[in-house]
Amino acid sequence: MVALYLTIFVSLLLAVLFLIFFIHTVKSGQYDDAYSPSVRMLFEDDEPAETETASPDEKNQT
Amino acid sequence: MEKEKFYYDDKVVKMFAWATVVWGVTAFTIGLMVAYLYWFPHYMDGISWLSYGRLRPLHTNSAIFAFVGNGIFAGAYYSTQRLLKTRMASDLLSRLHFWGWQLVILLAAITLPLGITQSKEYAELEWPIDLLVAVVWVIFTVNLLWTIQKRRVRHIYVAIWFYISTAVTIAMLYIFNNLSLPVSMWKSYSIYAGVEDAVVQWWYGHNAVAFFLTTPILGLMYYFVPKAAQRPIYSYRLSIIHFWTLIFIYIWAGPHHLLYSPVPEWAQILGTIFSFTLIFPSWGGMINGLLTLRGAWDKVREDPILKMFVVAITSYGMSTFEGPMLSFKSLNAIAHFTDWIVAHVHVGTLGWNGFIVMGMLYWMIPRLYKTKIYSVKLINQHFWWGTIGLLLYVIPLYVAGWTQFLMWRQFNPDGSLKYPEFMDTVTEILPMHYLRAIGGTLYLTGALFMVYNLWKTVKGRKVEDTAAEAAPLEPVPAKRAKGEDFHNWLERRGMLFTVLAFIATAIGGAVEIIPTIFVDENIPKIEAVKPYTPLEIVGRDIYVREGCYVCHSQMIRPFRFEVERYGEYSKAGEYVYDHPFQWGSKRTGPDLFREGGKRPNLWHFSHIYEPESVMDGSIMPNYQWIVKNDYDASDIQTKMKALRKLGAPYTDEEIADAPRKLAEQAKAIAADLEANGVKKTPAYLEAYKGQEVDLSKKEVVALIAYLQRLGTDTTKKKETAQK
Repeated sequence: MVALYLTIFVSLLLAVLFLIFFIHTVKSGQYDDAYSPSVRMLFEDDEPAETETASPDEKNQT
Repeated sequence: MEKEKFYYDDKVVKMFAWATVVWGVTAFTIGLMVAYLYWFPHYMDGISWLSYGRLRPLHTNSAIFAFVGNGIFAGAYYSTQRLLKTRMASDLLSRLHFWGWQLVILLAAITLPLGITQSKEYAELEWPIDLLVAVVWVIFTVNLLWTIQKRRVRHIYVAIWFYISTAVTIAMLYIFNNLSLPVSMWKSYSIYAGVEDAVVQWWYGHNAVAFFLTTPILGLMYYFVPKAAQRPIYSYRLSIIHFWTLIFIYIWAGPHHLLYSPVPEWAQILGTIFSFTLIFPSWGGMINGLLTLRGAWDKVREDPILKMFVVAITSYGMSTFEGPMLSFKSLNAIAHFTDWIVAHVHVGTLGWNGFIVMGMLYWMIPRLYKTKIYSVKLINQHFWWGTIGLLLYVIPLYVAGWTQFLMWRQFNPDGSLKYPEFMDTVTEILPMHYLRAIGGTLYLTGALFMVYNLWKTVKGRKVEDTAAEAAPLEPVPAKRAKGEDFHNWLERRGMLFTVLAFIATAIGGAVEIIPTIFVDENIPKIEAVKPYTPLEIVGRDIYVREGCYVCHSQMIRPFRFEVERYGEYSKAGEYVYDHPFQWGSKRTGPDLFREGGKRPNLWHFSHIYEPESVMDGSIMPNYQWIVKNDYDASDIQTKMKALRKLGAPYTDEEIADAPRKLAEQAKAIAADLEANGVKKTPAYLEAYKGQEVDLSKKEVVALIAYLQRLGTDTTKKKETAQK
């Protein structure tokens, strides 16, 4: 059943890759703040003040 | 730092969004065409490229890769730019991605109806298109990671992590599952055989659900649900836990598609354990999504977009509860091969994916065009038609699944099957299939409301790229700073580099190493099992071309009621020459693994031309062109050489002798047909209109040769041993 070992090996490789990412993100402080990103994303597409068009959010409040 | 002014690339978002609309309607329509074939099996008779076996793969591929795929890309391009405060890294890559992906879809829409298929579910596309998919996918991945590198926000919002996992994982899965040996421009043989092929296919198949239909949609959920509700996600911390646990667990769950099969027991148990564990992250995410609306339920009452999201997240919860449960052997025994699975996946695609994507379109398209939606009432209509359609689709299919399983396993007191005719168990559930078709019609109708509504919304308007402002991040020098150790530098350079290196090495390694390993592995484990004869190869390729596997399994589970009905259960060693494997996943018709020798050749001849002529009440469409057309065996020697490379022990003499051997076997079958009065059958009279034909040249003869061979190698041996 080489196929099983192959799929397990590739899956492990992926898992290790993601683990490296994970450690990297923790170390680089990605998760130091686990609250404000959730709020910040709500205001991210505000347009710059000098443009004439108002933010779509303001126009389209349902 | 000084603020920079830049523009989001909204045009590419617009292109993907409209592609989603167009392909969505297409995918639903093809699904309906297939669903109505249960009701009116003959309304497309005689048109080979509109036959069930070819349309069903087109339906699944267009729903997954065209509809959901374009939806994911639209949402990902929209949200990634805004979350990272940067334009996509390369307009060229974005356009190549868009047009490349549409080209893939177009090629799929041409090749699948023509019967050009690898016959591995959701991986049907033949090798040249696979290569194109791989290239386009790499373009997408590079564009995404490059954009992340150029970001103006340090923190990477959780949605983007979901997109990254999709990009990286799908690349790996797709490549490994599609490794094949081409024999011509549009035909290849999977390098894996039988059980091995099944393992790799369902490792892919399950993770296509995980990383194409789940993780990116979760990314969309984490962006668009808070946006539409104007509330932050319930718990951002939970969303991070959700992400990391989900991707670490999902990839191990594949073997739950192969319970009770000849796949080793430990692998099946592994699949069950991980599948069960999946309920925790999945429900964590589901709860996180729903609780985002806490205190905002009054908005849900008024905003049909939020209603769609609620139904979508609820469907996610339902299908991720059902999935783990179906991975337990006892429930899997019931559901596998029945309509229960079809219901389960449609809760996922119509409910979860469909409503997230369509809700997203309603929210996003007016914003792209800087306007308001044409009619909120019409969205409401869409919501209700879609939701009722969904329920009317899935509930009857649950009932159908249970009913059919209970009938399959009923015994009389004397130990014989209560319903020995498979046909009886089909007839019984037909009303459920009618209801399902009606449910699907409602769902499509809702989607048509959406087309009209969106069309009216944007009429006469253009999309301009949206302007934005943000300060750039502190630049991080690319070169190694003085005194910085190598590891730190590597880590800092990190992401893009690692991923690209990883993908490149993996592809290179895979292409070189794997085929050689698998050739050794394909050596027969049961002495009696012999490779297919030249004519049987031709017949098997016709079986693959017509997509017989979408309705007929070739895997008998070790249950008394299956052995009683179909014959001895399947052994791993019996599949070693099957490139690709043909186990199937649904029994709309009976299992064919031990079909060989059960019925006379003449029966098969009539049955393929017009199933109802020999099987009362059959809903199998007529495959008349197989009877009418001549087979093409000109490349039989190329095929045999390819199969020899993959492990089938054909000698040089056998390959040289193949055309003669092929003709000989075909003539024998033709002679048998004639001896039994084929010329008097309605099928013969109608197909050839009284003309003299050389039956031994017809595709039907090759197909019969294959069907009569199925599963006979080992059973024959037993008979001789008994003598």
